[in-house]
Amino acid sequence: MRRRVRSSRRAYRMLALAALGLGLLVSGCGPQYVVLHPKGPVGQSELHLMAFAAIAMAVVILVVFVLFGIAVVRFRDYPGNRNPYTPHWHSHKWLEPLWFIIPAVILTVIAVPTVNVTYALAKLPPSKDPVVINVTSLNWKWLFEYPNQKIATVNYLYIPVGKPVLFHLTADSPMNTFWVPSLGGMEYTMPGRILPLWLEASKPGVYWGHSGQFSGIGFEKMFFYVHAVSGPKFTAWANRVRATARPMTLTAYHQLLRFNTIGAESYSSFPASTWPSVSHGFTLRGGMYLLKSNNPGATAQH
Amino acid sequence: MPAFLLYLVHTLFPPDTRQPTELGADFMILVTGIGIVYILTRYKKWRWLWREWLTTVDHKRIAILYLIAAIAMLFRGGVDALMLRTNLALPNVQPIGALEYNEVFTTHGTIMIFFMAMPFIFALFNAVIPLQIGSRDVAFPRLNAMSYWLFAFGAMLFNISFVVGGSPNAGWTGYPPLTELAFNPGPGESYYFLSLLIAGIGTTITGINFLVTIIRMRAPGMTLMRMPMFAWSTLVTSALIIFAFPPLTVALALSLLDRTFGSSFFTLGHGGMPMMYVNLFWLFGHPEVYIVILPAFGIFSEVVPTFSKKRLFGYTTMVISLVSIMFLAYGTWVHHFFTMGAGPTVNAFFGLSTMLIAIPTGVKIFNWIFTMWGGRIRITVAMLYQMAFIPTFVVGGATGIMLSVVPADYQLHNSYWVVAHFHNVLIGGTVFGLLSGLYYWWPKMFGFILNERQGKVGFWLFVIGFWVTFLPQYLLGLEGMTRRMYTYPFGFGWHELNVISTLGAFTMGAGFIALVYNILWSLRYGERDLTGDPWNGRTLEWALPSPAPEYNFARIPVVHGVDEFWAMKEQGMTLANQLRPQDVKALELPKNTGMPFMLGLSFFVGGFGMVFEWWPIAIFGGLGVVACLIYAAFDYDDKEPLPADVIRHTEGTFGRLQA
Repeated sequence: MRRRVRSSRRAYRMLALAALGLGLLVSGCGPQYVVLHPKGPVGQSELHLMAFAAIAMAVVILVVFVLFGIAVVRFRDYPGNRNPYTPHWHSHKWLEPLWFIIPAVILTVIAVPTVNVTYALAKLPPSKDPVVINVTSLNWKWLFEYPNQKIATVNYLYIPVGKPVLFHLTADSPMNTFWVPSLGGMEYTMPGRILPLWLEASKPGVYWGHSGQFSGIGFEKMFFYVHAVSGPKFTAWANRVRATARPMTLTAYHQLLRFNTIGAESYSSFPASTWPSVSHGFTLRGGMYLLKSNNPGATAQH
Repeated sequence: MPAFLLYLVHTLFPPDTRQPTELGADFMILVTGIGIVYILTRYKKWRWLWREWLTTVDHKRIAILYLIAAIAMLFRGGVDALMLRTNLALPNVQPIGALEYNEVFTTHGTIMIFFMAMPFIFALFNAVIPLQIGSRDVAFPRLNAMSYWLFAFGAMLFNISFVVGGSPNAGWTGYPPLTELAFNPGPGESYYFLSLLIAGIGTTITGINFLVTIIRMRAPGMTLMRMPMFAWSTLVTSALIIFAFPPLTVALALSLLDRTFGSSFFTLGHGGMPMMYVNLFWLFGHPEVYIVILPAFGIFSEVVPTFSKKRLFGYTTMVISLVSIMFLAYGTWVHHFFTMGAGPTVNAFFGLSTMLIAIPTGVKIFNWIFTMWGGRIRITVAMLYQMAFIPTFVVGGATGIMLSVVPADYQLHNSYWVVAHFHNVLIGGTVFGLLSGLYYWWPKMFGFILNERQGKVGFWLFVIGFWVTFLPQYLLGLEGMTRRMYTYPFGFGWHELNVISTLGAFTMGAGFIALVYNILWSLRYGERDLTGDPWNGRTLEWALPSPAPEYNFARIPVVHGVDEFWAMKEQGMTLANQLRPQDVKALELPKNTGMPFMLGLSFFVGGFGMVFEWWPIAIFGGLGVVACLIYAAFDYDDKEPLPADVIRHTEGTFGRLQA
């Protein structure tokens, strides 16, 4: 019997070591843990909330593990177990309501910041003037149109550092999600809808993005790269593209609609009807998910 | 004629399906099929098969049919999983290409949910519920057989897609417009819609059947608040099924219309609204999560008191939490798509409702721990799975709460974090629960006990394999790896964790082999259960011999409280020492019928015809369905007398009759 107790203690020590090792693995993680190393305010506040929830959940896990561990160690059925055996104890006036109260308190602690941040992230920071980029997911590539700069790119984009970027997301293909994990969370691109998402880079760098929603055989190739550069460099880049790249014709757009994967492309202009247009198989009918304002691309059509 | 044959070969076996894995599967199916036919013919077992199994309406036999199907599907879904993990083990190394990978992850998900978890649950419902509530059968035995055959032929239709025509490949959720003809030609997605529609009818009927059974067929004295907790969870699950499956049926049927008849409910063009499908699907999909977890909760609520030798702690709060989960389950579906732009108010509402549902779940965890508190815990395989469940499910629940934190979900949605989370709750909750229930009720179903030692080997392989597989996937999510990629480039740091995850998956595979070996070994050498009560059980099913006779109870017992059989044993009573020969009355039992099998077959033929749009075959199948239903409606000869002498004889051979 004593041996059994000792072996279970050893098991606990091993468990503790394993937990420690796991903790080191997560905390000592390198830059490949992109979600844990955000490079912008949106990703930052999402990470803060995630960490807060993780700590609260760790408390729950700890409480349950300790109670469960004690129950298993103390009340095993072995000869000579002197711990109390109470076969008819099946209810308790205070303990049972307590089971409702403990999780309710912990969840309230998480719920309050959740609601606050959910509302906060739905709005652009008021004082700043955003860069607008219209994003269309195609089979299996990303088209980025800059309605104010009048240029377009495929599978890569430039954004200025320190300025919010408002993405308008739609699809001329099955659904995808637009995700740049270094900058912040994802949002769906759906045909017939325009969804808003704002992100901001606070440090210059090249950040990869990918689609999060499976969209067919070329889905795996839907990587794109976000180049965050200083404001003047961004303007210079836009001017260079406008000056040197070829314009996108409707024919070129139709070629983009083909089911294939391609590399990066730049265009000095784009036809207004590509965002979103009746000529490519869908009409924009509006509805509760459609943005009503702040959408220069949509008003430019026809 | 050759042109016709060429067309046939090209349609049924298009070039896409002529891959080594498919051809291997073709070959295996052919060999197994010939083997089965040979054995049945050689040992003259055709008639036995038809009379004893294919036409049976006995809930105990239907349970065994469900269980065989579930274990076969666990094998298929598991092989799919190993193919997926092999493909992802190393960057840019692809034993199977994108085309096949997309089919395999689709079939893995669909099979594991609809054709593994659901029939496994129904196997235990059928095996246990009538015995537990003191009833001779379910409320509608023929309907029960219809449920099974609709499920079985639906599953068959889904499974032949791999070798005939091509599998579905748009994920188990089947979001449009990816399932549209323009993006997804070929029969695959039609297979998906039709097989789920057919199996879904069966599931809905099962829900109705068990709801009525539990409401109407309980033994005298068994009030709702004296029911065993597994019966409670079955009642709540049945109610969930009845209200959750109609939205799925609608979503699937409208998608099928889009594909087959060119309507535009969810299409990319003509004003279709893909997001409507997403809403309908998850309006089913989220209750479905609870449909597969609540029975596991019920199983644990039986296993923990039995192996702790102590009454279940907090019976009333257990019931309250079950029923509140039932209602809350319908109010959380939008958390599957926070990132579809519903706006902060809607997202905040569904984030909070999702957190709310964790409260009743937490209550149950505490109650199980306090059932063990002050008990005497025997470590059997059934109990081991329960003991693995508590820590595993708490971690799965915690990571789920993190997903309900809306802004965090924006970063975690569709990443491997989500994959790890739902496997954590589905395997750690549902599969551990079902395996626990399998080891617990196996003696009752088959009359022998599964070898404990081998069971423990399987348990450790499976549980360790589980953690090694899915813990790395949480981290992969934080590294930004998204779901359903068939391969990934080098240089993202994803490969180390993927290799570990794949090793874990193969360890789980070894656990499955250990389970099958355990079953086959015990079939021959396992200890026979002569008492009917191998675990010192507490509920009525253990008062019967193992396996229970065809009529279950020679005389229906009267129930006086929770854990009736335990109370009887404390007073030195059994069902046997209360039964005098004159108490035994003649009975009427439901009569076997071939109609449910023919109905399932007709649905299969009709479904197959619709998949390939071969209308004469589809119409032929449809007429078969109508014919079966008309026959069923006018078949009044549905009962068979069972004389009292036969019952006395049977009870006598069990030694359960007082002289």
